[in-house]
Amino acid sequence: MGKFIMPGSSEDGIDRRGFLKCMAWAGTGAFFIIQGGVLKSFALSRMPHRLATLKGELSFVQISDSHIGFNKPANTDVTATLQEAIAKINALPTPPAFVLHTGDLTHLSKPEEFDTLGQVLQGIKTDRVFYVPGEHDVLNDNGKQYLERYGKGAQGGGWHSFDHKGVHFIGLVNVLNLKAGGLGTLGPEQLEWLEKDVQRLRSSTPIVVFAHIPLWAVYPEWGWGTDDSQQALSYLKRFGSVTVLNGHIHQTMQKVEGNVTFHTAMSTAFPQPQPGTAPSPGPLKVPAEKLRSLLGITDVNFVRGNHSLAIIDSPLQGQEQKGKPSLEEQQ
Amino acid sequence: MRTLLVFSIVAVSAMLLLVFGLSTAAGGRSLAGSYRVTIDNFSFAPATLTVPAGTKVTWTNRDDVPHNVISVDKKFASPVLDTDEEFSYSFTDPGTYEYYCSIHSKMTGKVIVQ
Repeated sequence: MGKFIMPGSSEDGIDRRGFLKCMAWAGTGAFFIIQGGVLKSFALSRMPHRLATLKGELSFVQISDSHIGFNKPANTDVTATLQEAIAKINALPTPPAFVLHTGDLTHLSKPEEFDTLGQVLQGIKTDRVFYVPGEHDVLNDNGKQYLERYGKGAQGGGWHSFDHKGVHFIGLVNVLNLKAGGLGTLGPEQLEWLEKDVQRLRSSTPIVVFAHIPLWAVYPEWGWGTDDSQQALSYLKRFGSVTVLNGHIHQTMQKVEGNVTFHTAMSTAFPQPQPGTAPSPGPLKVPAEKLRSLLGITDVNFVRGNHSLAIIDSPLQGQEQKGKPSLEEQQ
Repeated sequence: MRTLLVFSIVAVSAMLLLVFGLSTAAGGRSLAGSYRVTIDNFSFAPATLTVPAGTKVTWTNRDDVPHNVISVDKKFASPVLDTDEEFSYSFTDPGTYEYYCSIHSKMTGKVIVQ
């Protein structure tokens, strides 16, 4: 069975030990399945067999932090690595119903960067791409251009929700109107909208929230958190299955808190250092042969009936590496 | 005796000049008399800069990610500065001017104009 963690066994899925064991696989080709807050994991090498048994009704992909326009070490061709990520999506055994891009589409919010991103993403074999902005997409104009391109039907600064096969998806924007010295911000207008948005839903509805900056305190010293995320999560407490997908930190991290699973995705452009391991969160310069093991996509599968979401992180290259230490292990 | 005194004055002056030069360089003042703030590793250096009224301050981004310089009280705002790009602002009135990078809002600094 390999790294299969069962509830009730000596290595249950949600105690510290079990959690850390799962974390050790994050970002290195891991497969997660969450059932009622219990996390099970096994190596991606066992995926073909597992995937057959998990043929859910809904499969979607998250990509993040494509930073089109970035051209410095360790990746001077971020368009190429985005194209590789798209090739990976198109090669999935189950084609995704849609793709979520969790922000930092561009590096400098330049029109030509948005244009390139749009052209490249047309190569994805999927029905639709949903977006939330990163702080790099709202430079100079407080998100005006982003909204013109991607905000159709969205509220306020670009937040929106939709339903797909019984799952409620919520795209939140936490990169606008940031306060000096603060973290990511949702703001009162968006929080009020969120409270109303979920009011009509039954508590059994699976919820997927996606936003750029993590909605949990990954590492506030580097701005890796959202000041008013607790307020947002309080509106989601009554739901049995909440999955929060973020980007921004260019590496995978996972945390389970009650019925909420938080997960961050790799970038398709460049890695960033693990929390506190560098003077700043600037791009991590890695050898060229290592770069593609630190970039990738996230594939998510929903299986009706047991309210489970399976989260798979696949790097562009090298699926069998041992994992990076989690934040908890470092403290 | 007189020679020694002259020598001492010269020596003290040289020391003062050296100390003055070093301390002001660390405080953001270049030899040309303008003031500079460097953005490096997601921080402003010096984080607090004291200048006389009428001074031009120049910020330079040395990081390989973009930053900006935004006044908390909306007194000034730079465009986004990519690597090695600069922004200057002249402070005419005395006061304390707090600013931050609105992209990475944990980055804060202030200019005190005397």
